[in-house]
Amino acid sequence: MKLSTYNFLTSMAIKGVKVGFPLKLTISKKELVETEFNPTFVERLLPKLDWSAVYGAAQVAELAEDIPAVQPESIVDNEQLLQKLHHLLFEIDVLEGQLECPETGRIFPITDGIPNMLLNEDEV
Amino acid sequence: MARRPEHSAPPEIFYNENEAKKYSTNTRIIEIQVEMAERALELLAFPDDDESRLILDIGCGSGLSGSVLEDSDHMWIGIDISKSMLDIAVEREVAGDVILGDMGEGMPFKPGTFDGAISISALQWLCNADKTYHNPHKRLHKFFSTLFSCLTRTARAVFQFYPENSDQIEMVTSQAMKAGFYGGLVVDYPNSAKAKKYYLVLMTGGAAELPKALGASPEEERRVNYIKKRDACREARGKAPKKSRDWILAKKERRRRQGLETRPDTKYTARKRTGRF
Repeated sequence: MKLSTYNFLTSMAIKGVKVGFPLKLTISKKELVETEFNPTFVERLLPKLDWSAVYGAAQVAELAEDIPAVQPESIVDNEQLLQKLHHLLFEIDVLEGQLECPETGRIFPITDGIPNMLLNEDEV
Repeated sequence: MARRPEHSAPPEIFYNENEAKKYSTNTRIIEIQVEMAERALELLAFPDDDESRLILDIGCGSGLSGSVLEDSDHMWIGIDISKSMLDIAVEREVAGDVILGDMGEGMPFKPGTFDGAISISALQWLCNADKTYHNPHKRLHKFFSTLFSCLTRTARAVFQFYPENSDQIEMVTSQAMKAGFYGGLVVDYPNSAKAKKYYLVLMTGGAAELPKALGASPEEERRVNYIKKRDACREARGKAPKKSRDWILAKKERRRRQGLETRPDTKYTARKRTGRF
């Protein structure tokens, strides 16, 4: 799972959970994959991203010094930051780890890079 | 007709390693899946600006439909209930991320995430209750309402599916409309048994005209000619329209058979009188 996907995932599907975002990420095994840098795509993605979750993911991925804690106003002109964002969002592949619902503490395991979002009967 | 896979086992059981393997080796399956994914992408009707968009692939399986999205430079995230199929997707090193999840439990995404959604041959699975606590109506409602929220307000969602009967179509579309979607069914090649494909095209941002189906006959020909039909019915019953020459000749023939006095048939028989009379 790429960290861009992490930024979109919620645990809202669980019964009684209101927001379910951001999930608490734990990485136990990750991999670097090189992908082509496309600045316009990162730009287009920006309004959809939640910055606190981006920063949170950067901390977990040990890249916190690359990403400012508060969203800067002009990211579009800042090529360097766009590149760092690209690296964080698209080049880090989480292979093993877990996601934790912030409200119920329910744990969704990540195995072989696939997060398991299946729920049990009583959680639907 | 072949047995429907939905009737044999739930999807997470049916798409086991053997079945999943077919989706990476059987060229016919691959060809059909890719063709349907291309058509679904066409029905999404993105503006022609070469921009890459974020698309949700529901029931992505081994990522065959995702590859079609990649070819058009879109980014995608896939969700599927079968682990075996997703393993194949990871093995094939598809560009999109895949998530293990059940459609009927809702889409686990933040509101306004996706610019579009496609789904190839997955929706019919939701019409079945595979577990005792499953209720197809509720699961469809949950699915469509969470999908509606995770799409942007200009997005479309296109589902290719195999409905079992008209009740299923009715159930699926009514739940989609309840969730706030506009749109309807596009049936490609409606007159062919094999090539016939159902696409449910849903829109979030207000009602728009539905795309044209492929292989459907044009509107004029489909309309029934009323007069022609009436005449055809008469002919089928063996009686000519009343007051016509044939009708009069038939009546005279009957009188002759009955031995009654009848004027001979001439070129004047059943001739219309002029207004002077």
